Amino acid sequence: MLGIAATAGALYALPLVDQHREVSYISVAPNGGNRESFHINIPVDRVMVGAAEQSTASTAGVDWPEDEILAAASAEMFKLRNERGDVVGVAARAVAREDDTDVIDWVLHLPARGTLFFNMQAAPQESGSRLGRLRSGTQEFEPLSGTVVERWVVDQSGDEDAPDGRIELLATYVGKLEPVE
Amino acid sequence: MKYVIALLLGLVTGAFLFAAGLIFNPFSGERALSPLSVTDAQTVTLSYSAAASDAIVFTNDGESSTKPYPEKVLQLWEAPIRQTWALATVMRDARNETAGYGIKLSSLSESTRLLAGQATVNSVWYVYLPGRGGLFIEQTENYWDYIRNIVLPAYRSAADIWKGTWRGNMTSGPGALGTAKVVGSSGEFANMQTDGVESLAVNVWRVDSGPIAADGTLLIELPNQSTLPEEDTLLELD
Repeated sequence: MLGIAATAGALYALPLVDQHREVSYISVAPNGGNRESFHINIPVDRVMVGAAEQSTASTAGVDWPEDEILAAASAEMFKLRNERGDVVGVAARAVAREDDTDVIDWVLHLPARGTLFFNMQAAPQESGSRLGRLRSGTQEFEPLSGTVVERWVVDQSGDEDAPDGRIELLATYVGKLEPVE
Repeated sequence: MKYVIALLLGLVTGAFLFAAGLIFNPFSGERALSPLSVTDAQTVTLSYSAAASDAIVFTNDGESSTKPYPEKVLQLWEAPIRQTWALATVMRDARNETAGYGIKLSSLSESTRLLAGQATVNSVWYVYLPGRGGLFIEQTENYWDYIRNIVLPAYRSAADIWKGTWRGNMTSGPGALGTAKVVGSSGEFANMQTDGVESLAVNVWRVDSGPIAADGTLLIELPNQSTLPEEDTLLELD
């Protein structure tokens, strides 16, 4: 009986899953909301790049399906880093050509916190960055709306082992608008 | 000394009895039919192979029974993503033709409670169907039935393999009826908000490589009209 009680007590009291949490570096945006910066070092953080007619030498043996229906679609998967450079999650970027317009979506999956789903504008800004809107969030991001700015930053450090550059994702979170009663 | 040994043996026996009761508990698991299986609304049915070797990419921490594919793909070994696995795969329609691709990101959930028959996984899908649009699917999955009906019998088998026919709904939330939340991104799915359910059908599972013959299915209900308000304007960023 003691063994049964001890096992039940242990299963009840001790967490079976405890996700590792890195410190979140969040700042307050001047016009309200919170701002958080993520980045992806290219090519070291790239898990997958899938696109038609790609070079398999650069993709760790990943074969993108040759179906004609996927010819205008591509997908990438990355490790996602926080502002300090620690890996905090996994990200996916999907691009497709629909009716002469690019459809670009980002999914940022942070296991200890939740997932962010951004739908990006087809046309980039003059500065080269691209804006996106938070379409859905899970867990701690579920009650939020917000935006993201995506931009490519070329590495200029000149270090021998430096990455080619980084994709920066600057997310801004605000509470969802509620109707006034 | 004999009392200490008797106590230890009693504890171990009790632990085994409790584990056996948990695994063979007839009142736990085996969820009923998904509410979407009886819906009157139109649905989109997408299937994929759940075997890692059939995927475009499958990766995890590299130490789980299911090995990353292709072999050289980057593994998710860092502490915050060690309990996460990622899958990119071809999605097929009801005629078994390529309909698009899907990316699934899954992590073990801290809400796992084996006492309540919940081995929970938080997962999201991004599905893109050329010509139709993109979908984001958020769900919690309960792997308890999968573990006790397939994984544990495979470990108990002398050949380290489970063979049979098992089919189950994996989705357990966040919808009140055990459905996934589906948000449309583009194309005909733009601004759509609806429900979905993921199920698995497994025939062969090996201890050293995970599912060998297994198929997953995503069933997505199509609402009659868009339910998510359009927001054209993006917030100005400083």
